[in-house]
Amino acid sequence: MSMRILRPGLLTTVQDRGRFGLQHLGVVPCGAMDPVALELANGLVGNRNDEAVLEITVLGPEIVFESDALVALCGAEMEARLGGMPMPANRPVLVGTGTVLYARRTTLGSRAYLAVAGGIALNPMLGSRSTYLPAKFGGLEGRALRAGDVLPLVENVSSLSQKRYASLRNKKDIAGLRTVRTVSWSAPTLTLPAREPILIHAMEGRHHELFDAAARRAFFDATWKVTPDSNRMGFRLAGPVLARAEALEILSEPACLGTVQVPANGLPIALMADHQTTGGYPKIAEIAAADLPRLAQLAPGGSVQFARCTLEQARDLRLVLRQRVDAALRSLTWGYQK
Amino acid sequence: MRLSPLGDAAVYAEFGDQLDLETNQSLQALAVALRVRAIPWIRDVVPALCGIAVHVDPYHPELPASVLERFESLLQEAFKSASKFEGSGRIVEVPVCYDPVFGLDLKEISERTSVPEEEISKRHAKSQHLVLMVGFSPGQPYIGGLDPKLSVPRRATPRTVMPAGSVAIANAQTAVYPYETPGGWSIIGRTPLKVFDPLREPASLFAPGDRVRFIAITREQFEKLQ
Repeated sequence: MSMRILRPGLLTTVQDRGRFGLQHLGVVPCGAMDPVALELANGLVGNRNDEAVLEITVLGPEIVFESDALVALCGAEMEARLGGMPMPANRPVLVGTGTVLYARRTTLGSRAYLAVAGGIALNPMLGSRSTYLPAKFGGLEGRALRAGDVLPLVENVSSLSQKRYASLRNKKDIAGLRTVRTVSWSAPTLTLPAREPILIHAMEGRHHELFDAAARRAFFDATWKVTPDSNRMGFRLAGPVLARAEALEILSEPACLGTVQVPANGLPIALMADHQTTGGYPKIAEIAAADLPRLAQLAPGGSVQFARCTLEQARDLRLVLRQRVDAALRSLTWGYQK
Repeated sequence: MRLSPLGDAAVYAEFGDQLDLETNQSLQALAVALRVRAIPWIRDVVPALCGIAVHVDPYHPELPASVLERFESLLQEAFKSASKFEGSGRIVEVPVCYDPVFGLDLKEISERTSVPEEEISKRHAKSQHLVLMVGFSPGQPYIGGLDPKLSVPRRATPRTVMPAGSVAIANAQTAVYPYETPGGWSIIGRTPLKVFDPLREPASLFAPGDRVRFIAITREQFEKLQ
């Protein structure tokens, strides 16, 4: 009842929705960088959205399934093969025992999510299975996966997977399967960059006024490039240097997912899933929650422009995204409810 | 009080831009009063040095139309129910070895402050300390109450590696580094205690509002406790 990692890829970690309620102790939520793709992947295999999946970054892993499993790959498009055949993305796929998933490079977006029926059966740590890389806990031993790792799946993953797949295909019995099977429909992708620079909405930050007029303009005018030293903690952005009107020191205060802070060197950092919980750098902007999953799909070297928005507009963006995710989930989970 | 949104999934209420122990204490009380209410759309309540933030689930069905306005009224209600609270009621005893092997910056602090090296540890262990905020990395406390005679600014060039357990000072505060991380504070000693351990209950040695007593120990005691 497991899957074994033959080759880990660049950075493959166990992630779920996140670890909430502990930021006052310095523990940030972590969780999937693209929560929309996480939710779709879980939905496709009939999981509730609190199950853990694998987050695959840019270079994919090679994994052997050691039992029958209903799986789904969502998020970034990537070259992936299942048992030697191209793997269909964004749909439930039933694989037989011994099937090898061979994933290569992402071709659009940078983070793909592999969900398995029943989820990854690791013990939660402080309420979540998400890997917290900076503090080395959660997921599998708090680290990225390595060759030889064995990830436990739920005990009845074979029968659960067959039952769920059978209910999708409206068939009673599909036991004895030793190949790869899938359905003829797929879920939409909602977070992949159509063309660059991608447009990301952001509100003026708490310390916007501390920056000089040129910097305030430049933030929303410039095209920013995600630098190679970006990671799950933060996306470092290369572009014009953002100068402050005066070099005031501010007291450390809470920082958020999506905060754009500017250290003394004038180069902004967008805080992502593993960000520090507090910080003393001024906040020039805050990224709209609805647009963060799309930003998370931008690979190093990718480019982004920020569009100024209000709190109300950010809320509208959220409602639109929620409707699209709900619509996708409704159409793909009907089969499991019979 | 200055209320500001931190994007569309968090709000911050700031009660001044200067560090003030009394304000900080009442923030801890507010945080407890807010957390006790277990409001379903609030994910995190984070008391900071001189403000308090709440992080919300932006997709929660009960999320109010104006989180800012709702947060303001929640704060006012919390102010009433929190009035009698005094600190967390906990005293955390932290053994510290102030041996120069660990206290890498004792000499430099002594030169800057004219306090003799051996007196630095005495002054540090004697003061009343209070956890003002836990943040940056898991379990990392910002502790107020440093003897003003020991006040030094942050180091001009931060160290790339602060050993885990380092007890360090800057301006009016002490920090204890849970993990080996970069850091710009001046190191005066090291504690053998594990500052954060997700398998322990409670996982974090320090919580906001805790009183802290530093206890000087020898190197032999340090090694035994480790």
